[in-house]
Amino acid sequence: MADYKWPDQQHRSYLGKKIDRLDGPVKLTGRAKYTYDYNPKGLLYGALVTCPYARAKVLSVDTSAAEKMPGVKALKVVKTPGTETHWAGDEIVALAAVDERIAEDAARAVVVKYEVLPHFVQDEIEPPKDIPLASGPLSQEDLEDMFSNQVPEGKIADAIKTRGINWKPDEGFFKDLKGYGVDQVVIDALRGAQVKPGTAGPKSPYKRTAVQTEGDPDKAFAEAAYVVEGVYGMPVITHCCLETHGLVAEWPDQKSMNVHVSTQNVSGMAAQMAPMLNLSASDIHVEQQNIGGGFGSKFGPDSWGMHAAELSKMAGGAPVKMMLDRKVEQEMAGARPSAYGRVKVGADKDGNLIAWESNSWGTGGVTGGGSPPLPYLFRIPNQKKQHTAVSCNIGSARAWRAPNHPQASLLTECALDDLAAKMGMDPMDFFLKNIEMTGPRAKTYAEEFKIAAEMIGWKEKWHPRGDKTPGPLKRGLGLGLHTWGGRGHESHCDLTVHPDGGVEVRIGSQDLGTGTRTVIAIVIADAMGIPIEHVKVFLGDNKYPMSGASGGSTTSGGVSSSTHRAAVDARDALLAKVASSLKAQPEELEVVKGTVRVKSDHSRAMTWKQACAKVGPVGITVRGNNPDRTKPPDLTNSGIGGVQMAEVSVDIETGVVRVEKLMAVQDAGLIVSKKTCETQMLGGMIMAVSYSLYEEKVMDPTTGRMLNPNIEFYRLAGLPDIKDLRIHLHNTQEQENRGVIGIAEGAVTAPGTAISNAIANAIGVRVPFMPFTPGRVLAALEEHGQNAMAGGAM
Amino acid sequence: MNEEDRKKPEGSGLSRRDFMKIGGMTLAVPMVASPKVLRVGGEDVEVYGPEKTMVTLNVNGKLMRAELEPRVTLLDALRESFDLTGSKRVCDRATCGACTVWLDEKPVYACGMLAIDAQGHKITTIEGISTPENMDAVQKAFWENDAQQCGFCTPGFVMATKAFVEKNPHATLEDARKGLSGNLCRCGTYVGIHSALRQLTGMKEA
Repeated sequence: MADYKWPDQQHRSYLGKKIDRLDGPVKLTGRAKYTYDYNPKGLLYGALVTCPYARAKVLSVDTSAAEKMPGVKALKVVKTPGTETHWAGDEIVALAAVDERIAEDAARAVVVKYEVLPHFVQDEIEPPKDIPLASGPLSQEDLEDMFSNQVPEGKIADAIKTRGINWKPDEGFFKDLKGYGVDQVVIDALRGAQVKPGTAGPKSPYKRTAVQTEGDPDKAFAEAAYVVEGVYGMPVITHCCLETHGLVAEWPDQKSMNVHVSTQNVSGMAAQMAPMLNLSASDIHVEQQNIGGGFGSKFGPDSWGMHAAELSKMAGGAPVKMMLDRKVEQEMAGARPSAYGRVKVGADKDGNLIAWESNSWGTGGVTGGGSPPLPYLFRIPNQKKQHTAVSCNIGSARAWRAPNHPQASLLTECALDDLAAKMGMDPMDFFLKNIEMTGPRAKTYAEEFKIAAEMIGWKEKWHPRGDKTPGPLKRGLGLGLHTWGGRGHESHCDLTVHPDGGVEVRIGSQDLGTGTRTVIAIVIADAMGIPIEHVKVFLGDNKYPMSGASGGSTTSGGVSSSTHRAAVDARDALLAKVASSLKAQPEELEVVKGTVRVKSDHSRAMTWKQACAKVGPVGITVRGNNPDRTKPPDLTNSGIGGVQMAEVSVDIETGVVRVEKLMAVQDAGLIVSKKTCETQMLGGMIMAVSYSLYEEKVMDPTTGRMLNPNIEFYRLAGLPDIKDLRIHLHNTQEQENRGVIGIAEGAVTAPGTAISNAIANAIGVRVPFMPFTPGRVLAALEEHGQNAMAGGAM
Repeated sequence: MNEEDRKKPEGSGLSRRDFMKIGGMTLAVPMVASPKVLRVGGEDVEVYGPEKTMVTLNVNGKLMRAELEPRVTLLDALRESFDLTGSKRVCDRATCGACTVWLDEKPVYACGMLAIDAQGHKITTIEGISTPENMDAVQKAFWENDAQQCGFCTPGFVMATKAFVEKNPHATLEDARKGLSGNLCRCGTYVGIHSALRQLTGMKEA
């Protein structure tokens, strides 16, 4: 019987080691081809006419001049007269022409008349308190909101019964709910629910959701020895993928389509495109070897991708490339929902957290968006919370690395940090005092706090709020903690051992630069006991076995589990074929560093190549699956976490914040590819430095347009912003035993909180909203009359 | 070709068509576009287009020709006409550095320059540095220090870094941070780039 357990320490040549990524050379030499680089013969270039207004009704669309221009091959009116648009950047017309300049000229030649309608884009304003509770039918988003806010399932079922739902769930939806462990009472309520589709959106931009009370918060606050109230928040930011969204579609004949697409979801793309094109998913061939960033924003074909598919068909099947330009990309191809909150927390005289109250709000676009799970991590016994979804005329929200977590972490852990400051307590001591409230992970967090504190020198450097050092430069320390799931997704692969010793695996996954190829090669090489050079990884093609979308840190666990099982099975099949030549039973054999040998007698051996030559002309091909209950154990797991600590310097004369140090301690299950794992973690931390200090989708209240739809004014952190960043992987034996868990989301959550807390520690006042720009820092100092601190410099 | 030659009106009175014929016959002479010359404010001004014009670029040691509208950027010419797609289009307005190439050994943003203006210069793209089988020291340092993720900014970073370390072999890390601040990465690979820089120059902190 095959042993599917992960190899033990003695059998790890690559697993957990620092291996150079497989696709390094091809990317470093500019040879890696991305969707944007695909230039087939006869390529047509797509362009979009987009709406300049935040909200408008299309009155007329005149495409006659554009259609007459030489070189324009296909044109499609997307928003016909009478249609309403909901954000600046919404597509009105899509067209394709023989070169990009002509396509752009043609787009400019389209004349669209609009009736401009009122809009709303100011999500940072605190909503009024007396908004009536939503009573209309529930949307899928409402339901997700309730799940993420841990609303009791009986209450969810009641809401479904009284309010109805606005869509008709199919069996797949119920199956998914079951898969997520949703109680049958909710599923039954949904099955019996009244479906009231097409209800008009709310007239007010505000919709109260997720109102919930636990325990007796009023009494707890009355009894609390210490109470603080503060406002915290972070604005909408964009994904700003360096490769914009888009695809190249071509129709070799009327009944099939080839698509090169920039996506996190190679296997799932065809099924999304097929129905709208009257094709079967099996008629669509999807390919992608490399992707220039996704971060949660590239799971679907997107409306413009569908336009490209239709334009290609209209143009006789010629390939049409529709990559968004940077402006449109920033306007509508990805936004992380904002979150703001007025938060009150209370503790007893010993520093035990006893009460929480939050009124949070934020926008994810016109539909409002999700609400952060509050309070984050700490299950405070008495809670009162409500969230207001703000409908804004901006491009729709998309998942952004660790959806809702950075927001929840900031709103919760900044409030706790303020409470610690009020009590005159070191926040690390305060967090540790209440760490049991984080549940089963408490012990791990406590260990991680100690390691992080040593890395940054917390005990030596920490001071109470307000650095009293003379001069304008103030330094401070702050901390944050986070959690994520990260269980491996569904994944299948085919693995072939060729008679010449080569091993290839075909898997419908994708490598986002996270190291998927490298992870797979490491797993297979160690499971088979062969040099990694023997393993060739083929991915990025939907004709390979289905593997899940890369979202929610699910890829490493998924692909490592499926390929590991396939590798073990293929190895055992090989051993069964060669056992007689070594005068042994298959189970007496092992493969070590490319040698097949008898465990008890290493002289009875042959090379891997010699062994493979004995398997016959077509080699061995096996399928690997995850999950696979017939082949225990479960090789992946859910639940990672970590602690991060930041040291900042703040110039109180200029308001400039610098992140001097950022230290991360992360538990991550069994590490497969240590090098890419560390890079992925550091990447999350750097993205967090970037959003903490610079990033904001700046909306103009008057015109409703994004003021910085580019890269010069939508600032990203650069090399000068990144100083001393270090990570410690807390991979104890206990952690390793849990199997492979994805880590991508975790690292991006805590640093923003740690940086905010460090700034408060440095300058003595809280800067409420990200990004912590000089203007916001100076305004906070001004408001609290703390600019007198600069006196030391005089 | 020096600046003086470039500015020289290519034979006033000679029609574009005639010039093209001549250019087509004398292949040994680097081909340049044939601007019309207009007298503006007392000075001769070269005017290209708006129609397509033959553009000849010296890229990675080879002469490459394409008929392009004068408004085509060097980046788009490289990517679309010559299929040299290692230089990436990201911001498309000279901010992020993903399109960095060398113009006579000096790193420039290829999206911020017209192809016609790049004529007569020696252009080096990432494809001209090395092949995957035979990487340069900068590329090896990036690989070993895992200074990349999605890889979209990577060719631009390699071009900028190689130019920087060759010009500043004794730079400090702080110098390098500033020197390479014209290139941006979204995945967050700067720590790996720092390590690669240290490996390349033996540079110290500060």
